[in-house]
Amino acid sequence: MLQVRKNRLWKIFTIFLVSSGGVFLILFSLNSTLDLFYTPSEMLEADIKPEYRIKLGGMVKNGSIKRKGTATNFLVTDFVKEVPVTFNGVTPDLFKEDSGVVMLGYYLDGIFKAEEIFAKHDENYMPPELSFEEEKI
Amino acid sequence: MYPYLLFIGITTLMIGWIWGVLYAPEDFQQGNSYRIIFLHVPASIFAQTIYYFMSICALMHIVWRVKLAAYLIKSAAPIGAMITFIALFSGSIWGIPTWGTWWQWDARITSTLILFIMYLGILTLHGSFSNLEKADRLMSILVIVGVVNLPIIKKSVDWWSTLHQPASISTSGSSIDPSMLMPLLISIVGLGFTLISLGILSSRLYILNREKNKKWVLEHV
Repeated sequence: MLQVRKNRLWKIFTIFLVSSGGVFLILFSLNSTLDLFYTPSEMLEADIKPEYRIKLGGMVKNGSIKRKGTATNFLVTDFVKEVPVTFNGVTPDLFKEDSGVVMLGYYLDGIFKAEEIFAKHDENYMPPELSFEEEKI
Repeated sequence: MYPYLLFIGITTLMIGWIWGVLYAPEDFQQGNSYRIIFLHVPASIFAQTIYYFMSICALMHIVWRVKLAAYLIKSAAPIGAMITFIALFSGSIWGIPTWGTWWQWDARITSTLILFIMYLGILTLHGSFSNLEKADRLMSILVIVGVVNLPIIKKSVDWWSTLHQPASISTSGSSIDPSMLMPLLISIVGLGFTLISLGILSSRLYILNREKNKKWVLEHV
């Protein structure tokens, strides 16, 4: 390789390394704030003030959904701690028990008051007949 | 050559889409709304692949000063921007019925938005110089700087908690049932050929435009 090309290669390599290093430093320092939501354990540990609007995410505990009119009450869990949630409104189609959920709202007096609910879905795609078979196994 | 590639691409894409939309089974959780996967996943894959292609061209342009490499970046960037927009837009449409929201500032969605802005930034930077050689070089440097975003997009769903689900297809296998995976893979191949042919068309036009005062173009036209 010609010397001049070697120099250009080193120069661009340095630019790449320095800029990527900078980006990764920023990402590391922001790390937990880049999470979209708190898990129940993180939220209980973090001691959230009741006036802060936060996002809480986890799994809807099996058998915990109770509906009464437009109100929905359920428990959200990360399999370590669980938090009771109350929500008034229409839940997304994929909101169901044993399924991921992200909620926007306030935590006060031990209850999470959700203003909005988003359903998470997992990375598995299969026809309904197959999922029944899988449950049998 | 590109009309043949375009024909192969669009035919394959149509086979994949018709199979996926009309014949593939419903999903056990999402019902029919998952079918937008046949647009969303191919578009998202090529949104990143085009950037990888541009970064190889950028390296060639910076180190070896290959003029053609810069022309290829300039012609690929609008296609990349278009396909990234399609990926974001189809994801939003998919998000409304399944997540219950069309936009969340989660790491995957935000880093893909940054990719879209990078494409636009690359084009704008190139357009803002009257000295085209200088524009080529600075554009190539910006492309290389933006490469850091690609592994971030890829790993965002593993590093941070996101609304977006983790990857379904990896080197260790796929969590998509074969009856849905086949049309998806066909759509990916089809979109690939379509984009390659669009890339050839757009770079031909750009090369002629850039070299319009050269003798070979005058002879060619």
